[in-house]
Amino acid sequence: MRKFMKNNAVQSILISVLCIILGMLIGYIVLLFIEPSGAADAILSVIKNFFFYPEGAVRTKYFGATLVKTAPLVMCSLSILFAYKVGLFNIGAAGQYVAGAALGIYAALALGCNWFICLLLATAAGAALGALTGALKAYCNVNEVISGIMLNWIALYSTNMLLTGVKNPNTPYTINISAKNPDALLPTLGLDTLLNNKYASVAIPLVILIVLLIWVILSKTKFGYELRATGLNKNAAKYCGMKEKRNIIVTLIISGALAGMGAAFLYLTDIEQWQCSASSVPAMGFNGIAAAFLGCLDPIGSLLSSFFIQHITSGGGYVDKTVYCSQISDLISSIIIYLCGFVLFFREYINRRIALREERELENALEAAKAEDSDNKGGEGK
Amino acid sequence: MEQAYAIEMLHITKRFPGIVANDDITLQLKKGEIHALLGENGAGKSTLMSVLFGLYQAEEGVIKKDGKEVEIKDPNDANRLGIGMVHQHFKLVECFSVLDNIILGDEPTSKGGFLRKDAARKKIVELSDKYGLSVDPDALIEDITVGMQQRTEILKMLYRENEILIFDEPTAVLTPQEIEELMQIMKNLSKEGKSILFISHKLNEIMEVADRCTVLRKGKYIGTVEIKDTSKEELSHMMVGRDVDFVVHKEEAKPGDVILDVEGMTVASKVHHNNAVRNVSFKVRAGEIVCIAGIDGNGQTELVYGLTGLEPLKEGKITLCGRDITHASIRDRNTHGMSHIPEDRHKHGLVLDYSLEYNMVLQRYFEPQFVSGAGFLKRKNIREYSDKLIEQYDVRSGQGSVTIARSMSGGNQQKAIVAREIDKEPELLVAVQPTRGLDVGAIEYIHKQLVAVRDAGRAVLLVSLELDEVMSVSDRILVMYEGEIVGELDPKKTTVEELGLYMAGAKRNEVAK
Repeated sequence: MRKFMKNNAVQSILISVLCIILGMLIGYIVLLFIEPSGAADAILSVIKNFFFYPEGAVRTKYFGATLVKTAPLVMCSLSILFAYKVGLFNIGAAGQYVAGAALGIYAALALGCNWFICLLLATAAGAALGALTGALKAYCNVNEVISGIMLNWIALYSTNMLLTGVKNPNTPYTINISAKNPDALLPTLGLDTLLNNKYASVAIPLVILIVLLIWVILSKTKFGYELRATGLNKNAAKYCGMKEKRNIIVTLIISGALAGMGAAFLYLTDIEQWQCSASSVPAMGFNGIAAAFLGCLDPIGSLLSSFFIQHITSGGGYVDKTVYCSQISDLISSIIIYLCGFVLFFREYINRRIALREERELENALEAAKAEDSDNKGGEGK
Repeated sequence: MEQAYAIEMLHITKRFPGIVANDDITLQLKKGEIHALLGENGAGKSTLMSVLFGLYQAEEGVIKKDGKEVEIKDPNDANRLGIGMVHQHFKLVECFSVLDNIILGDEPTSKGGFLRKDAARKKIVELSDKYGLSVDPDALIEDITVGMQQRTEILKMLYRENEILIFDEPTAVLTPQEIEELMQIMKNLSKEGKSILFISHKLNEIMEVADRCTVLRKGKYIGTVEIKDTSKEELSHMMVGRDVDFVVHKEEAKPGDVILDVEGMTVASKVHHNNAVRNVSFKVRAGEIVCIAGIDGNGQTELVYGLTGLEPLKEGKITLCGRDITHASIRDRNTHGMSHIPEDRHKHGLVLDYSLEYNMVLQRYFEPQFVSGAGFLKRKNIREYSDKLIEQYDVRSGQGSVTIARSMSGGNQQKAIVAREIDKEPELLVAVQPTRGLDVGAIEYIHKQLVAVRDAGRAVLLVSLELDEVMSVSDRILVMYEGEIVGELDPKKTTVEELGLYMAGAKRNEVAK
């Protein structure tokens, strides 16, 4: 049993689940304070999400919707995770995501490119912004968090400016891609009929492939070996001649590319349009941070955690708005996400408990050995 | 019986998960004696002292002060009982004066909360005179020598009227002359009735200054002996559990071609505006061990950084095997004949959270034998290579190749680095304090390896702070003082005292330019 508990993967899953339960509990308590009568219902709707609907077909449809929105979140959490392995905190993922959205949508609407070119351009935009952060870090020693936050805002307002050119004149949103240039929509591969949701696309299987790819790169390749060594001990990496500056830049390019591609996975399905009057960076990039940590900084873990976070975020939409104000769903999901930050804390706690119990057992064993020793003198048993 | 004990630690047992750090240890410190505590690294000395200071609570055993049982729950309790300690790394505020440092934490104030330094100064001057410490209370810590800083620490204990003084490896940072003076100070203190606990693994010093000696080995109490009835050999046998060869056996060096040629090397300092290394020139030949001696902080670290490429040179030229490597990258140097056993094995030498096998290939993971053309690591080859090194160099760890480096003992971590660097078969091996913090057995082993590298016809540049090591291992000694090479000495013709004069900057010869 103890060996089982010591296993890293088991610990990770256990701790993540613990965080989730605790988050729900605190969310429930907050709801009780606001309005006790509807609390249980509200928290249930958050958990149920698409199970809210009784009929199977509609359920599938909204399950599909959750999956569609999970895809970009997974990409953002991979972006955070990848940089984090190298010891960088890429809070600029949010801005790189925005840059990806800008170029992806612009290419689709203004340049009339097909989906593949749009996807590439979005990825390149994220990568370019990542490269900028990386270069600043490597050559000018500018903290990646500071430059990342600054670039988030620069990216946001540049995007607003750029996309105002392809705005729907009657709304603050960009024109629907499906109406203007259906070629730019991601291919559906029949997933739309399978999931009964017209937005389901190739993005979903692609994300799973990319998760596996990142996992392979990090754990099986020379590149991953170098990156992790740099993240774990920068000085040792320098000592053995790794090009740490190049590694920092390459890492942030990849990290930015992942975020930029994530944006394309959302906007090129046409499930959402860009709001040209947006005054804050979309939460997707920041939620990626939570997803990465809740997934214990493991690519496959972040796939699961991203789905969960998207699940409760969507579920929040079903909370009875006549009882609670409309922000309540965001509040609950943010409490749960916030609790995800405690993942490391809980891990520490569990390990300490295990160590303590082992110590006690050792003591007992020693006592027993002593008793045996006094019985029959001889032998130096271990 | 005859004499009262100042402090007694009786049958102390302290366990940590997986190990028994102190197993039924008894230490009795008589009033007014100098009592040495001897043991290898990991023998349990620090744990025992931490128990005495209340940092750890022992599971079994009692502590008695003047025959009465006491409970020490935290360092404040220890302080109240008059126990003081000079740590190996001084706890001083650099930009404060000696006086300010001494009263720190125990500041005399008037009713309004203003500092009253006059009385404190008077007391400090009196104490300084009484014990022959000659410390200037108004000097700034950053301006005085390491020896003076240590005396400030001693004064700090005296100012607090501590009766039991603990010196933790006090001589590690001192020159031979300063060590001599410290020994005298310790004798004065014990004459005045202070009880001294002297933690060390340097047998010469223990033989000279201590009255009695308690030896620990692997957490166990081995025994307490009267110094006048024992010998260095007996002590070392008690400490290690077997006879130790103090002499490094080696043949006469047969220097060959010049492997490393450094001309006019100047390296900027990171901490002050002056250059850390100033216009240093020297050569190292194949088949010889050249040792850079000197007191810590005289530019040795920067010299090595410049040599290995960790820091750029300001001026000068480095030639390795006839090739100019002044501007070569670190990887270039590493793959073209240079190996580097770094000063700080945790900072540079290892990725502590990597497994042992990954650390073993840190300098050659990029070679075709370990990585495929597509960039995938060849894990099987890495494992085989690592297993081979572990076997060949006797690196011990819990789970062999898959052990996380962090969980290994310091000695075995160092062995792993030595194995990795020597197995590269370098033309030049740069070994910086390769035996720092290691026990006698591991030191003996690493010295043998260095000599073996030399005898294989390769060049070795050894940087060391340990005089014994400098004298016994090297074929030629270069002394560094304030960033310059101030002397070139032959270890067979010089004495430790003469070496000490060079190290302290009191003497220099012009041969080495």
